[in-house]
Amino acid sequence: MATELVFEKRSKLFLAFQDSLIMIKRSGLHILRNTDQLLGAFFQPIMFLVLFSSVFGGAISKALPPGVSYLNFLMAGIIVQTAAFGSTTTAVAVCNDLQKGIVDRFRSLPMSNLAVLNGHVISDLFRNSISTLVMLVAGLAIGFRPHADFTQWLLIVGILLLFTLAFSWLAAIVGVLAKSVEAVQWLTFVLVFPLTFASTAFVPAEGMNRFLKAFAVNQPITHVVEAVRALILGKPMGDHGWLAAVWCVGVLIVAMPLASWLFRRKTSS
Amino acid sequence: MTKSTYVVEAKGLTKSYGSNQVLKGVNLTLERGTMLALLGPNGAGKTTTVRILSTLLAFDGGSVKVEGYDVTTQADEVRSVIGLTGQSAAIDELLTGRENLVMMGRLYRLTHDSAKQRAQELLEKFNLVDAAERPAKTYSGGMRRRLDLAVSLIATPPVIFLDEPTTGLDPRSRLAMWDIIRDLMAAGTSILLTTQYLEEADQLADRIVVIDGGKVIAEGTATELKSKVGKDRLELLFKDAPAFERAVQVLGQKVIDSDEKEHSATIIIKDPNLDVKETLEVLAREKIAIQSMTIHKPTLDDVFLSLTGKQKQTKKEEEK
Repeated sequence: MATELVFEKRSKLFLAFQDSLIMIKRSGLHILRNTDQLLGAFFQPIMFLVLFSSVFGGAISKALPPGVSYLNFLMAGIIVQTAAFGSTTTAVAVCNDLQKGIVDRFRSLPMSNLAVLNGHVISDLFRNSISTLVMLVAGLAIGFRPHADFTQWLLIVGILLLFTLAFSWLAAIVGVLAKSVEAVQWLTFVLVFPLTFASTAFVPAEGMNRFLKAFAVNQPITHVVEAVRALILGKPMGDHGWLAAVWCVGVLIVAMPLASWLFRRKTSS
Repeated sequence: MTKSTYVVEAKGLTKSYGSNQVLKGVNLTLERGTMLALLGPNGAGKTTTVRILSTLLAFDGGSVKVEGYDVTTQADEVRSVIGLTGQSAAIDELLTGRENLVMMGRLYRLTHDSAKQRAQELLEKFNLVDAAERPAKTYSGGMRRRLDLAVSLIATPPVIFLDEPTTGLDPRSRLAMWDIIRDLMAAGTSILLTTQYLEEADQLADRIVVIDGGKVIAEGTATELKSKVGKDRLELLFKDAPAFERAVQVLGQKVIDSDEKEHSATIIIKDPNLDVKETLEVLAREKIAIQSMTIHKPTLDDVFLSLTGKQKQTKKEEEK
């Protein structure tokens, strides 16, 4: 061979970290080149925002606390819902990789196994951030008026990133377990739809029946939505802030190792 | 580490999926700087074997060493000395050819500059420069395979596993692939190739292991395998039915195969000089006219068929 090859001389930990960066770059390029999906990430949230605010706005505004517009109320819910739905792309991407020969290739390399999942999950964060930004801008254009100060915005970003990360790792599990991309789609749909709708994302819990309400006010998505909503409206978060954080971290602690274990098991049998 | 003669040593490999035993004690060795072809029909256990040798698959019994490293306990060390080209091109469809190469180079722990340089080198060598900046999903079947092989060569591993590298390729792409493989061999790479094409094994490999139903049923050089099964055969074609019938009568037990419709008879020749002459003399004495005659050397097809007991039909299907 003509040229001398130069290999990295670094610690194992550094190389594993670098593998993840390489895979994040890969998944990031996927997002940029998958134009259909990218367009969806732009327009779907705008569509939801406009539809919900105009269709439900009139009816629901009567149930809202005085002085709160439905758009200002809805924003937190729709951002969280978009993040939850957006995480399904992680599931699709993981499932796609597993169905093609590419995972075998990665596994025949001296690379960190976890890097493949890391790449999809982290790049998902980027894509969701874009969706969220688009939605905020669209919201501002149609009358959304947040009352959060700088620190509160930082908290909002923090909570949303943590939530997306937790949800993407859950989605990674679905991606590993599902047998086809179609299965991923309906699986995530069936999981995400009830979770987001049986929460206070779009309507206050007051109007729900006893059982639904008991579920809705205690489930994690409600805590995340309520925490973000309070911050947007410039109000105290109450217990929702720490409960949201505990839920997300809890999900991460379970889902990360579980997803990697399932991934490794699936790919070596 | 002193390098042993064998780069790959597999002993008594067994592997089952539930009650289905896919490998029933496979032994094989790959000598340094040579090519071993693993030849067998679909479902013989070729891919399973390669996946085990390349650390992708756990196995039930036996032992495998690659460059002296144990595939189970020293998987990372094994992975840094092997390159694998699987049946389905394992490339990233949304990345360009160049991006695929650089990414895999980086994952092989090459530095960024080194990976870029090597990617350019391989793109040139594999005739992919023009397509280098296009996403791999736009590539033709042959280009995909070339990129796939290029990717597995990015860190010039000393051992390469090629799992059916030419299956599904058109004849021209197949020949191009053969050239590339020959270049690799010339560069001293040790190669284990699986194939269901006898011609491929015959053309490329130093040694051949025939595998069927999860077991090694024969091994040796192409010449050794051929001599094990076949002798040269003389096929005689006669002008008409009477000539054919009389010839069959005269030659008697020598005829091992005959075809009434075609008026052809085949006899085995042990000594090319003597037997052919003798046969022709017998026929001349009886005034039986021969339309044409052909001498058939045994092919690996004969070996394969007689070993695996498969009908010619399946062989023909596989050749399509």
